[in-house]
Order: sequence, then C-alpha cells, then structure tokens
Amino acid sequence: MSALKPLPRWADVALLPLLNLSLAILVSGLVVLMIGQNPFMAIWAVITGAFGSGYNIGYTLYYATNFVFTGLAVALAAHGGLFNIGGNGQAYVAGLGVILVALALQDTHWLIVAPAALVAAAVFGGAWAFIPGYLQAKRGSHVVITTIMFNFIASALMIYMLNRVLKPAGVSGPESAMIAESGRMPKLGSFFAPFNYTPVNISIFIAMLALVGAYILIWHTKFGYALRVMGQNPTAARYAGISNSRMIIITMTLSGALAGLVAFNEVLGVQNRLVLDFVADAGFVGIAVALMGRNHPFGIGLAALLFGALYQGGNELQYVISGLDRTVVVIIQALVILFTGAMEGLFRPGLQRSFMLFSPEQKAEAVAVSTVKTEN
Amino acid sequence: MSDTPPPIKQRPETAAASAPASGWAIELEQINKRFGAVQANKDIDLKVGRGTIHGIVGENGAGKSTLMSILYGFYTADSGTIRVNGTRQAITDSRHALALGIGMVHQHFMLVDNFSVLENVVLGAEDSGFIRTSLDRARSELDRLEREYELEVDPDALIEEISVGQQQRVEILKALYRGAEILILDEPTGVLTPKEADDLFRVLRTLREQGKTVIMITHKLREIMAITDAVSVMRQGEMVATLKTAETNAGEIAELMVGRHVLLDVSKGPATPGEKRLEVKDLVVKDDMGITRVKSISFSVRAGEIVGIAGVSGNGQSELLEAVTGMRDQHGGQVILNGQALSLKGDDGAARARMAGLAHVPEDRQRMGLVTDFSEWENAILGYSTRPEYGAGPILDIAAAKAKAAEQIERFDVRPADINLKTALFSGGNQQKIVLAREMDRDPEVLVVGQPTRGVDIGAIEFIHNQIIKMRDAGKAILLVSVELDEIRSLADRILVMFDGQIVGEADPATATEGQLGLMMAGVVEERSTT
Repeated sequence: MSALKPLPRWADVALLPLLNLSLAILVSGLVVLMIGQNPFMAIWAVITGAFGSGYNIGYTLYYATNFVFTGLAVALAAHGGLFNIGGNGQAYVAGLGVILVALALQDTHWLIVAPAALVAAAVFGGAWAFIPGYLQAKRGSHVVITTIMFNFIASALMIYMLNRVLKPAGVSGPESAMIAESGRMPKLGSFFAPFNYTPVNISIFIAMLALVGAYILIWHTKFGYALRVMGQNPTAARYAGISNSRMIIITMTLSGALAGLVAFNEVLGVQNRLVLDFVADAGFVGIAVALMGRNHPFGIGLAALLFGALYQGGNELQYVISGLDRTVVVIIQALVILFTGAMEGLFRPGLQRSFMLFSPEQKAEAVAVSTVKTEN
Repeated sequence: MSDTPPPIKQRPETAAASAPASGWAIELEQINKRFGAVQANKDIDLKVGRGTIHGIVGENGAGKSTLMSILYGFYTADSGTIRVNGTRQAITDSRHALALGIGMVHQHFMLVDNFSVLENVVLGAEDSGFIRTSLDRARSELDRLEREYELEVDPDALIEEISVGQQQRVEILKALYRGAEILILDEPTGVLTPKEADDLFRVLRTLREQGKTVIMITHKLREIMAITDAVSVMRQGEMVATLKTAETNAGEIAELMVGRHVLLDVSKGPATPGEKRLEVKDLVVKDDMGITRVKSISFSVRAGEIVGIAGVSGNGQSELLEAVTGMRDQHGGQVILNGQALSLKGDDGAARARMAGLAHVPEDRQRMGLVTDFSEWENAILGYSTRPEYGAGPILDIAAAKAKAAEQIERFDVRPADINLKTALFSGGNQQKIVLAREMDRDPEVLVVGQPTRGVDIGAIEFIHNQIIKMRDAGKAILLVSVELDEIRSLADRILVMFDGQIVGEADPATATEGQLGLMMAGVVEERSTT
C-alpha cells in the first residue's frame, strides 16, 4: 500500500496536460470521423483558424483575455481552499459597474474612462463575490452553493437592469446606450495593422499584468502565504493566528474582482455597450483553465491561450468544412474541457506508477517516504 | 471440525482467562492489523465470556476501535482468527457480523434525523419492498424489546426531537431488532450526561441479565469499575492485560493504560520560580460538539518553572491547551499573560496570544503545527509571517525567511538540513524539532507544549527534553501537557492532574508515586493535602 510518489514538476505541469489534451484531440477526431469528415483536416482547420493570420490571432487573444481573468479568479480562490463557481455572475454584474462609469464619463477621454471603468469592474465583481464570502465566513454557507445561486441572481438582476433601467428610449433590444466615441477604448488594430477588425484590445495587457500580479500575490506576499496556509490546512491557519473568516472574505472579494475584469474587456473593449449575456460562460471555462493551468499563473496563461484558440479555431471550423457545424465544435470544446479539466487525474496514477517503475532509486525513495510519513 | 482448542499463549497478567460457565462469546487470537507502517493491532488475544459486560480501555490510538472494527467486519485482519460462540469465522462485512449476532453502537450515531424511531429501526431491515408491513411488525417487536429491556422510547417520535440518550437507545434497539446477541458499544458515554450514562448502565445490566454479551470501548475508568465484569487494557496496538474487574482497581488500570516507558533520566537542577507569567482563572471550554470539556479550571505558571498537566487523554487537556493558546474560544473565565488578561475570542486569537509572548508547540504537529505540503522554510515562519523581520510591508521577505530557517535548522540539528525539502518528508522527530525551533526562537515568556515527544525517536526525545529545561533555566514559564506519565514526572516541577475537565489534584514529582498519580488520573480523589 505504498503511496504513489508525486510526479516530477515538469511532468506535472507539461507532460500530464499534454497527454490529456492529446486524448481529447484523439476522441474529438473519432467524433469527426463518425460524422464522415477527415479529422486531420479538421484539426488543421482549427489550428489555422486560431493562428493562421493576424486576424485569427487577434480573435484568439481576445478570447484568451477573458479566460485569463476567470482562470485567475478560480485559481486564487482555490489556493485558499475555496471553489468560486460564480465567475459568470461576478463578471456579469461587473458589466453594470463598467457601463455606469463609462456612460457617466463618456464625454471626457478614454484615458479617463478606462481606469475608472477598470476599478468599477473590480469593485462590482468583487462586491458580488463578497456576499458569498461573507456568508461562508460568518454563517457557514458553502461558497459552491452560494456562488452558483448568485449566478442566477446576477442573471435576473441584469435582465431587469437592461430592460427597465439602462435601455434607452427607442431601442427595442435589452441593451444599454452606446458609449460615445470619445470614451471608447481603442483596439490593438489601431496600433498594429495585422490585428485590424479584431476585438483584441488593451485589456490583454491588463490580463498579463494580472498574471504577474497573481504570481506575486500568491507566492511573494504575506497575504499569499496566509492564503496558502488556509488552503492547505485550515487548522494550522487557526494555530498560526490567521483569521480564516477574514481571509475567506478577502479572497472571495479578490477572486470576484478578477472575474469582474471580463466586463472591462467585453463592455469597454469590444461591445461599447452592455448587452445580455455578454459573459458567454467565460466564468465556467475559467474553471477548466485553472484546472489545466494547475492554479499557477504561467499555466493559466497557456491554458487560456489554448481555450482561446479552441474558441476561435472552432468558430472558423464551420466555415472551412461544411459538414461540421457549430454543434460539433461545441462537442470538441466540451471534450477538451472534459479531459483536461474534469478528468485531468485520469493519467496521473498510471504516470506516477510508470515513473516509479522506471526509476529504481525513486522507487526505493517512494517506499522510504511512505514509511517516514506513517512513523507516528 | 474438531473442537480441540489450540494451545493458548497465556500472558502473565491475563487473569480472566479461565472459561466461564456459559462459554466464550468471542475469542480473538493473534489478531494483527497494519495500516501502512503503523501496526494498529499487534498479536491481540481477547476472550469475552458470554453474558458478561467486557470493557476495553486504552488511550486514543491504542487500537481499540480498530480491533472492534475487525470484529464487526469493517476491516479484515491481516492475520489471526476470530471465533464467535466457539466457531471459527471469517467476518467479511458488517452484514455478516450481524448475521452472526454481533451488533455495534457507534460513537457517532448512524440515524436519520428526520425519520421516526420506528422508521430508523426498520431502515435496512425491511421485510419487503412495501414498508407498511415491516413497520407494523417492527412496532410489535419493538414494543416487546422495550418492555423486555426497559428501553422506553416513543416509536413515533422523530430522532431530531429526542435527547441524545434516547437516540442511543434507538441504536441499541436497532441492534437488538436485528437479532444481536453480542453488542459492541464504542465510547457510549462520550456524549451523555451523567444521568443518561446511569440510565445506559441500567439498560446494559438488564441486557446482561437476559444473557446478552456487551463489549464496551471506553477510556473512562469510572465506567469500567461501575459496570464491567472484566476489562482488557490496550496500549499502542497491543493487549497489555485482561483483568477481572472485581480483582483490580482504577489506579492499576490507569497505570497499565499509560504504560511505564523506559525513559532516559533527565538531569535538571532545582527550579527557581519567579513571578506569575501565565494565569488561568475559572476557565471553561467547550469542544466542537458543544460539550463542556474544561470545567472551571484555575492555575498559574511562574517564570522559571515547568508545570506539567498529567491525565489520561481525553479529559479536557486538548481543549485546555487550545483555549490557553487562542485556538479555541473560551466560554468563561480568563487567561492572563504577563498580567494582561487576553481576550482570545475570534478566530485569530492565536496571533494575539503570540504577540503577548506566548509560544505554542501543539499536541498534533501534523494537523496543527505544520503545513506538511509546504517546504521547511515555509513552516519555519508559520504563525510569525506577519512579523517585520520577514519584510516591513505586505511583501514577504523570502530571503530573510530562508536565512532564519537555515539558522534554526542548524541550532536544532534538524536532519536533513534542507530548508527547501517538503516538510512531510522529514521524520516525526525532525518535524517536531522544526516546530520547537520555530517556537523557541522568539524567546517567548511563556511556552505551552503539548505531547512534546509523541511519535519521536529516543535521540530526539532527549534533545527536546533538554531544550525544554534550558528554556526553564532561562526563566521562562512552561506549561507542559503530556499523557506520558514518566515525561511529566521527569520534566515538571509541579504536577497538576486533570480528570474529567477538572484539576483533581496537585503533586510534587519528587515525592508522588506512580500509584498516587494513577489514582488521581482515574478520578479517585483521596483526602489530598495540597497546599
């Protein structure tokens, strides 16, 4: 009954995700084959659709931006032992903050609008996650339950706001007024021609900063230390005098703020108005991104890029191969999420066993480790 | 099948081995069970006479529950034989155990709260897919059982509406309804009031009169003396003795439970107590279940002395430690550190206690004192990470933390001397040194130490003991809690004995005998001459 030795770090962060991804692609290929199409053509279509030109890359990066924010939101909470499933709702409500600030300041300059909207996105998203955090810290209501419920509440709230409050007179659809030209954030295409006509915008730099910031926060600050202690061993946190309740509230708020930045990208960067369901389930994709990225900002960056590519490449697929419509693309995306996210542990035991088998010295070490562990 | 019994190895202390008139209900021979490297049960022999109440005592982790789980089919023994009513059996699961007439009442009840008593009794023992007929049959059967064993419970009451004592009766009824002839009770009085416990004992006596066999796991000696016919004592996975209750006394059992370990002699000079550093006044503490575990305790620890708290584990020591160090809420009373009353309410009380100059080496280093998945240096700052020495602002000065950790590792001779190694990979003794190094490094005024040498090898024990004495000689106030009586006797300058949440006596380690302490630990308080 000797315990399996953990994988070497490189295998954990690179080999395992690659294996999972390969399996997902393999099964997706079988699906494509069953429909009667050539799977290699399909894969090629996805790859070129995602990275074939500046235009394609622009779209891929735009999707990836959202997934970085939601992936980080899930990862940050996960380091504290919390599972924030409410990224969707938090991002959605954050849209309210962005549009209110943007419409109020739209006649000034986008350089004024953007920072204010960024703060508003974080504050609104954070506030929406603060409530579940508070309820867990003070009342013991599990955040998994409350954040899910808050997704629905957010959805209802936003439908109300769009229909009754934000919809300007004379507009039929449930959407807000457009932000005036002067308040619109420029897209990258205006500085870099290959990205012309793509939605990728300044938010991508915010996403990169968020990745670096999250890394520093989690591994180089006292807060991050306390966060990880709580996530690994809440009893030890109590022993250390770390207030678990306060940490839960702060962590959930920060997590919600990160998810809220999706609204900055979508509302201020792309749509220039608030529309129904602009989040498009980026919050849920964030869970898969965090899982695949091992809750590490570097991994999350890569995973977000992968999912961005899948979204964009998948969209292109239907135009390239006529037999593959949008629903097949959704199936492929779901398979990738299934194998890299939900079933990421599938290969782990086998991989650990083979690593131990092919390295006798590690095998001896593994036995020694399990002996030491149970010495008491 | 031949009925010749195999030769039985008799341990000298086993006095109750002569077969009773009614024969053996249970015979366990050479039972072994290992979890990984831990030998939970080692060559266990146990015989339980039919129609008797047999107590099994031992401290937490002595292997009592494992043994009973083997008997009830939760675990399978690695080796050894089980005989039920004289016939050899290989019990594969609890259904099998039930079929053999073995029923178990768990410490934590297995009842459906929003079902009625009747429904709970029937649950899992229905006659057919239709519940009505089962319930009707159960109602009359239950009525008979209740009258026969004086176990009155309203069959239509919901579980959540009846008292804990009554819930336990439902558990017993469940077992009887399934035809149990042998009843195993795991810590049955842990959740009961004294009155409820007395009621339970009355029920158990009735069961015995009706010819049932009762096995009771407990660590409360009062109960053993009050109700059992025979008692088996377990310690660290071994059966150390089986005695007739009538021929022993609580003191003897307590000594057997705690054990007489061969300890290296600790050389220490006389204590020179100074002023009071830690004062506990009328402290009341409840556990997570809301049960009062510390019942209005008062004592003080002076600078330059070691006060040892002795007692059989589970008598409130853990809760006392946690409350004094701020990990657990106080429900009454005061903890005064350096003359300053500490409000330890709130879930960061431990941080305030540390700020006031208290250091804490916890009882359970892996569960509390360390984050075993962290590297060594990360554990070397646990509880102190917000101090300015690890960076003035919000940024953690990792270089400073590592330097300090390396220094501690060298001073306390932690092996391997690798601050980047995952803490789980250090041995128990070295893990304990990591905790000690961290807690002693800040030169605290008060050091609270729980079970300092649990699971620690001999070499490290000596080192740890010497460090504790060094702290005392440096004028620090030390509160030591240990279930190892010898450890308390050799380290402490004063011994307080805790029993059932109270301090039942104080003793001078130089003059008190093991027997006297054992009696106090068993809650038998004579005319004591405490000053």
